[in-house]
Amino acid sequence: MKVGLFLPCYVDQFYPQVGIATLELLRQFEVEVSYPMEQTCCGQPMANSGCEKDAIPSYLHFVETFQAFDYIVAPSGSCTYHVRKHFDVIEQSEQVQHVRARTLDISEFLLDVIQIKSLTAKFPHKVGLHQSCHGLRGLRLGQGSERVGTAYSKTEQLLQMVDGLELITLDRKDECCGFGGTFAVSEAAVSAKMGKDRIADHQRNGAEVLTAGDMSCLMHLEGLIRRRRSEIKVMHLVEILNAK
Amino acid sequence: MQHADKAATFIQNESKTDWHNASIWRAREKRDVAAHGIPEWEHLRELASQIKDNVLSNLDHYLVQFEEAATRNGVQVHWAATAEDHNRIVLGILQKNKLSKVVKSKSMLTEECHLNPFLEANGVEVIDTDLGERIIQLRDERPSHIVAPAIHLKKEEIGELFHEKLGTEKGATDPNYLTEAARQHLRSAFMESHAGLTGVNFAVAETGGVVIVTNEGNSDMGVHLNKVQIHCMGIEKIIPRAQDLGIFVRLLARSAIGQAISIFTSHYHRPKAGGAMHYVIVDNGRSEHLGREDFRNGLKCIRCGACMNTCPVYRRSGGHSYGYTIPGPIGSILTPGKDLKQHSDLPFASTLCGSCSDVCPVKIDIHEQLYKWRQIIAEEGHLNRFKRWSMRLAGKILSSPKAYRRFGRLARWALRVMPSSMVYNRWNDWGKERELPTAPKQSFKEWYQENHPAS
Repeated sequence: MKVGLFLPCYVDQFYPQVGIATLELLRQFEVEVSYPMEQTCCGQPMANSGCEKDAIPSYLHFVETFQAFDYIVAPSGSCTYHVRKHFDVIEQSEQVQHVRARTLDISEFLLDVIQIKSLTAKFPHKVGLHQSCHGLRGLRLGQGSERVGTAYSKTEQLLQMVDGLELITLDRKDECCGFGGTFAVSEAAVSAKMGKDRIADHQRNGAEVLTAGDMSCLMHLEGLIRRRRSEIKVMHLVEILNAK
Repeated sequence: MQHADKAATFIQNESKTDWHNASIWRAREKRDVAAHGIPEWEHLRELASQIKDNVLSNLDHYLVQFEEAATRNGVQVHWAATAEDHNRIVLGILQKNKLSKVVKSKSMLTEECHLNPFLEANGVEVIDTDLGERIIQLRDERPSHIVAPAIHLKKEEIGELFHEKLGTEKGATDPNYLTEAARQHLRSAFMESHAGLTGVNFAVAETGGVVIVTNEGNSDMGVHLNKVQIHCMGIEKIIPRAQDLGIFVRLLARSAIGQAISIFTSHYHRPKAGGAMHYVIVDNGRSEHLGREDFRNGLKCIRCGACMNTCPVYRRSGGHSYGYTIPGPIGSILTPGKDLKQHSDLPFASTLCGSCSDVCPVKIDIHEQLYKWRQIIAEEGHLNRFKRWSMRLAGKILSSPKAYRRFGRLARWALRVMPSSMVYNRWNDWGKERELPTAPKQSFKEWYQENHPAS
């Protein structure tokens, strides 16, 4: 089984440690994983801004880069969702269908494909989990609070495998952080207010570390935290799952 | 003014924003408790969605069936292609019967058609009788929420308004006292009224009857006290059979406010002895919307307001920031169809978090429609030039590995070396309240190449 590591463009540029953690985590389970150097971006920034047509060259490039892999795994619910959901506007060749079907968020790959039962990670801290919307409601990585049915959460399931980790309970367990791509700048006031409210919820409930399956939510929250010099830290889910 | 500017103004009063957010979130929490009390909730949503799909696919047939049944019951049915037609028809009914005082209940449609100012200009006095509606009528404002039109006002503001308009004690804020004052004021309005006008929640094709759900009972007061009753409805209010109400009534009040059922569920079928009953069935752009394949199912909406209550943007920006009768997520997918240019900001007033689609009792794919409207807005040239230009450039850089690497390296370098006064300038909306990420010397790609020389 050949796995291609797909990193969101901003993770590649600003958060290399998240890419390294993902790679190390996958290798712990002896997954044959490589990172195709030609990769760029899934095209989401343009498409969510209404400029889907400007994103199509990125879509085509993505498919070309990843078509030879059995699975394409990303530490991002949002970019995974974009590939699976919105690559419907290009011609659905066999390669496109393959890439769309086989692009998975890391938690899906760990739990549904290689079906891990345990982790060696240790992380003796109080952790607050921020559910990224595209992971939660797009990929259905968990049962959103809106829907009636059996509760489950792939992200929580993984965090519960980490030794010493204490997951805190939030007042609003899956409200959006307010990042929203270009929304963060075009609606800057609402975006910042949403983020501040999320951070306050985590702090009120005693989180030392705020984690999420998407670095984009965390980039926004971290920006607010650093401006206010708050104590709380942000870490991507994979950094915790890979913690020694 | 765009949504973002109005929202920013709203948020300046942070304590009021927090209050607004919290009070509306309570409705969402109550909705969750009520929905989770029904194990078959998701099944009910699916049934409701399918019934509405059937209605929208056969609307011509159901409307004619409804008209025939209603006519058999002795109801006079009027068709209005536009808001102006609607207003003229209502005025015509009143003038023909020499009626000049109307009490009104439960109608967002008449808000949409701007009926009140039209009637007033023609010498008819209109009193909105639902408490929230009456409050905003006295303030000469638009509703900020479709179920709770005055949700943006605190009791102190209402106390002040009632002191000025209804003569209550100055500084009074006790909700019981204020509500009682409104009740007495409205009782006399009811007694003096000449006609009762209501909106419609459901129009049953097979029976020709209409159903109105309320908590205050004002629709019954207006209808029962007057010989002439007028019910105004959009063409999409149709449901095929009376038995379908069993699904919609269970969903509506639970979704709206977490009540198992509204206090009053009024069924009107025929005029009272010696009275007259009218339906005004309004299109006003709906059939055009029905023709938009990607957007037609927005017409399934039963106006519960759950998408507003759950929307993290709505709760922090207030209903008036949307600039249209129906605010929030549902408003943002209906309004671009009315005037794309004027409302081109609304589909962007969302993070696409998808909560609206998951609370919607009739499963409208609201956030997916927001995404699709964005594409149309950009295609038709309504994005601002800076955004359009930067996206075009981003599309070029992000699809070329070489350009991507060069640009990434340059951007990280610039962020490291530029003085912060240059980075955090007035054009940097990100930086107004947030730090930018710290730029590492090495990207992942560069690290990988160093550590995996074969690749």
